[in-house]
Amino acid sequence: MHGRCGFTCGLFGFSLLILLMPTMGAANEAGKKLAQQGGEGVQACSSCHGAQGGGNAAAGWPRLAGLNADYMAQQLTAMADGTRSNPIMAPIASALSEQQRGDVAEYFASLKPPTMAPGGEVDQKTLHRGETLAQRGDWQQGIPACTSCHGLQGQGVGVAFPSIAGQPAMYLQNQIKAWQSGSRHNDPNGLMASVAKRLSDEDSQAVTAWFASLPAKPSNNDQ
Amino acid sequence: MTAKDSKHPLRGIRSPLLPAVLALFVLSVNAQVDETLTEQVELEPAPEAGAEGYHQPPSLDDIPEGPFGDSVRSGWEAFVNTRQHPKAKRFVGNKQNCGNCHLAGGLAANSAPMWGAWGIYPKYRGKNDHVNTMDERIRGCFTYSMNANSSEAGGPPEPDSQVLKDLQTFFFWSAQGAPIGKNLPGRGYAAVPEPQNGSSVSRGEEVYQNQCSICHGSDGSGKFADDGRQIFPPLWGAGAYNWGAGMHRINTAAAFIKYNMPLGKASPVEKEAVLTDQQAWDVAAYINSHERPQDPRWEGNKASTDEKWHTHQCLYNETVRGHTLGDGAG
Repeated sequence: MHGRCGFTCGLFGFSLLILLMPTMGAANEAGKKLAQQGGEGVQACSSCHGAQGGGNAAAGWPRLAGLNADYMAQQLTAMADGTRSNPIMAPIASALSEQQRGDVAEYFASLKPPTMAPGGEVDQKTLHRGETLAQRGDWQQGIPACTSCHGLQGQGVGVAFPSIAGQPAMYLQNQIKAWQSGSRHNDPNGLMASVAKRLSDEDSQAVTAWFASLPAKPSNNDQ
Repeated sequence: MTAKDSKHPLRGIRSPLLPAVLALFVLSVNAQVDETLTEQVELEPAPEAGAEGYHQPPSLDDIPEGPFGDSVRSGWEAFVNTRQHPKAKRFVGNKQNCGNCHLAGGLAANSAPMWGAWGIYPKYRGKNDHVNTMDERIRGCFTYSMNANSSEAGGPPEPDSQVLKDLQTFFFWSAQGAPIGKNLPGRGYAAVPEPQNGSSVSRGEEVYQNQCSICHGSDGSGKFADDGRQIFPPLWGAGAYNWGAGMHRINTAAAFIKYNMPLGKASPVEKEAVLTDQQAWDVAAYINSHERPQDPRWEGNKASTDEKWHTHQCLYNETVRGHTLGDGAG
């Protein structure tokens, strides 16, 4: 009985794999092509985000490799509809169809994040303040630990809480500013906007420097 | 098996486990006469903070080196990650950590801080007619909020055991400089008066789906990292606090929620809230209108358990969405 089930199940699984392979491949191929060569009205993602999606720390462009696919697809939609205002990305995101956003997000999600931390020049005292904020928060200011939502190592939790470990400090700081000003307001339930508004410039600099000092961690599965 | 038997917490246990079940049963019978299992009394609300504000606990960076500091650190670690702490995890029978109901690792005012609790024990309680110690109080937390009877150990930590010593050393350390025997501002949760028209489970469901489900899940099951570490606690079901925990009371849950949730929007130390009193009561009612592990003081049926132990604001043995609550979960 066991053997027969094994054979049947195996056969079923194999057939399923054969059936799914072309679609999976197609999505990744289409996403890969967009990422590396661009498309109509769309420049290649890799020209700014790096050939392997590792980002560009000096320019403040984010790492995409290994981020949650659904999160990235949602961000492209938000940049197209203006809930995440970004002058560089808006025309690109608007030129992509929903299918293309999904394809390109899936492609970057499948890439391994860089093993090196983006880092940056920062003194030990600032890093220590950043670590304290990230892991314990500052409750006098109403700031919970970043890791309580983004995961213990900042690796991200599901689609709502992106990976922030190993993101360039400048990128993270720009996002905090965008929430403070309201130019980015696509966060679920306004959670991040609320926290960002409680962060001082010094604390924002410290906590982003600390996350940039970490290498990216493998993303967390939802549940 | 009668309908009543089927509601017993020991239901569904297979016969090869009978000796273990009997041992557990004996333990739980013993536990029932143990004072850790008596009803929690409502404490007097804490006074408002004056010009000096709240007690300031020392920084975790300043925990001293040496055996005392090691005990403080171990206690703090057991507090924030109880489920995975080597000395504490045996006593956790659900998926909760102490720090889920006491934010900032038990250090934030209006989030039931440990520095607020430390100085009000030992305390005489008429209810059980003896002087209750902090050791005993923590065992009560394990029994109800951590559902210890379903844990590997089968009950709360033994009195004066190492994990209780470490937790108390951490509490003591956090309370240094605070007066003893005083109801300190910021102790417990800041009470939220019951709205005139009470609370509504159905309105609460809407609040929950809008404000809470992103973290706790629309089914209340919480979220966990790949290594099993809890990120957001379950609020009902087998992983949640049981029917005897303080948080199953609507007034207590509303008081916690109002100034602590959603995380990052409310601010307990600044006593800022985004939910109205009505929303806090409604969502507290919705959360507590779901099954959770059985009350360890189970009296054999829901009606008797309700009559003896649930004469407060809760939904135990109440019928919600066509179901009479109190069957237990797990």
